[in-house]
Amino acid sequence: MAAETPRETEVEAPVLIRARDVAKLYRLGDQEVRALDGVSFDIHEGEMVAIMGPSGSGKSTMMNLIGALDQPTDGTLEIAGKDIAHMSSDALAELRNRTIGFVFQQFNLLPRTSALAQVMLPLAYATPKPADPRQRAAERLAQVGLANRMDHHPRQLSGGQQQRVAIARALVNNPKLILADEPTGALDTRTSEEIMRLFTELNGAGITVVLVTHEPEVAAYARRTILFRDGRIVEDRRQPGIIAATATGIVVEAAAS
Amino acid sequence: MRLLESFRTALRALRTNLLRSILTTLGIMIGVASVIVMVAVGSGARNEVEKRIAALGTSQLQLRPGSSRVGGRFAGAETNLPLSEGDVAAIREKVPGVVALTGTISRAAPIVRGNQNWLTTVAGVHPDFTVVRDWEVSDGRFFSSLENRSAAKVAVVGVTVAKQIAGDGSPVGEMVRILNSPFRIIGVLEAKGQSGFGRDQDDVVYVPIATARSHLVTRNTLVPDQVGALSIKFDGETDLGEAKGELETLMRARRRVQPGRDDNFFVRDLAELVRTRASTTQTLGLLLGATAAISLIVGGIGIMNIMLVSVTERTREIGLRMAVGGRRRDILAQFLVEAVVLCLIGGLIGVTIGVLATVAIAQSANWPVLIAPEIVAVALAASALTGIVFGFVPARRAAHLNPIDALRSE
Repeated sequence: MAAETPRETEVEAPVLIRARDVAKLYRLGDQEVRALDGVSFDIHEGEMVAIMGPSGSGKSTMMNLIGALDQPTDGTLEIAGKDIAHMSSDALAELRNRTIGFVFQQFNLLPRTSALAQVMLPLAYATPKPADPRQRAAERLAQVGLANRMDHHPRQLSGGQQQRVAIARALVNNPKLILADEPTGALDTRTSEEIMRLFTELNGAGITVVLVTHEPEVAAYARRTILFRDGRIVEDRRQPGIIAATATGIVVEAAAS
Repeated sequence: MRLLESFRTALRALRTNLLRSILTTLGIMIGVASVIVMVAVGSGARNEVEKRIAALGTSQLQLRPGSSRVGGRFAGAETNLPLSEGDVAAIREKVPGVVALTGTISRAAPIVRGNQNWLTTVAGVHPDFTVVRDWEVSDGRFFSSLENRSAAKVAVVGVTVAKQIAGDGSPVGEMVRILNSPFRIIGVLEAKGQSGFGRDQDDVVYVPIATARSHLVTRNTLVPDQVGALSIKFDGETDLGEAKGELETLMRARRRVQPGRDDNFFVRDLAELVRTRASTTQTLGLLLGATAAISLIVGGIGIMNIMLVSVTERTREIGLRMAVGGRRRDILAQFLVEAVVLCLIGGLIGVTIGVLATVAIAQSANWPVLIAPEIVAVALAASALTGIVFGFVPARRAAHLNPIDALRSE
């Protein structure tokens, strides 16, 4: 497995996320907390990246910024060519709607709402309005293997199925980026592997995947790991030969060793 | 989001917490229902009053002798010098525009037929009575001037009395005794139904006024030809204010009231009296409106309270909606529409309850009611407005949540 081959293709692919000297300051009383301090990196289209780090390292803050849920105090952060630092809240909402699909640790499904309606939710905020939101949502549910669970409410679904619904919801607007925050944190090992395999498949289909996690087993599915500590990047490591291995699931051990 | 979709989302959200939604909107429901009932009863009463004005005729004056004072003490109504046939003739002759007039001497008296008797009102009137009151005879005839002059013992009865005498048959030609004098029934008046005060207007017997003078009341030695109270009907063109002036001048002269002294008689425009009462009804309506406004405000505060709770409970949902692309105004609209839908549903249920209650009241209490479609529209509009006003603060709070904090909340 040549280590150079994937790296070259990555360099050729256009940049999806460009961070330059990104800083984020919080004010706690009269004390300033520097959650991010001069962070720079590029993530190219088609990459699968894990963002790791202990709590308080700034990885959650970075995830909020990549998700366009928050704006940097300093520096530039471009997502799909747009600097989010100076965007209005409406423009950020539109960017999230069009470009980013979110997957959360706690799934964040609406209670007492069918899987189909959950998946249709982002389409309700889309402009222009998709022609047939119901059909699109149904297709996405089929894609994650829930074609026969469309009418089920979250309570009638297992954790893994709920996370699949959430992934279908993230996919429904054809995003360029899937941003997953501890996507397997609430799942058992076997289900975790299924979900991670699903992410790998999606990445294989060309969608950029960014995983925020503290579990090395999860990070191992990514070809690249960015490690945060004290608001800075301390390591940006590429793992060659991972793609082939993830399909078999053996890679977990290999990476952990 | 499109409006229709917002409505559907709102309905879904409200349905997931059905009991709470119903309890929340109870205030609005009760408020709207009571408004509907009260306004229906109120406007029914007003409608009745208007009908009575029409029945009275718009151009009528009433003339009564004033109350006398004995040594400065009020001696009771109509204790002053009674009006006389002379007054009747003078008014007919000198006051312009008079179409017809009648005196009325009435008292409660038992009428007896065979071994039955019952108490009714017996009134002596002039033959012009039917013209003055616009009241036709449906069976037989009214008495003539000749019968009046000769104090004939004839009587015309209302339908209630007619039924007492003859059941479903005609009482015309029957004999009854009124205060020990035999009277022949010669006619039955058209049914009039209840008056605005609930009195049965058909429970009455009319006799010639001359007969009444000699058989119903004690003879007044000063004015042997007394006529009681006078009802005077004018033609349509007559200005009632002017007519009233003419009448007062005439009566002051006839009753020798010194200049500078108070009239010892009353002239009243009955329609005006009824109109005054109508304006009282209107004041009452305003009061009802205020009550309605208060109940809507109280209901609205309930809505606001629950919507605030709902926003807090659904913080994560709000965060999620923001994450998947919901703009602040989408969130605002969602919660606002939810409050409005809640209030509108409450309003609709309230209208239904109100209409049903009104129908029930109309049937059981036999009150005149009137449900104006405008009131229903206003009630619904008011409940929607309540939703907007009281839903705004919670909706704004939802819209201004920070998506990160919202997503992280438990």
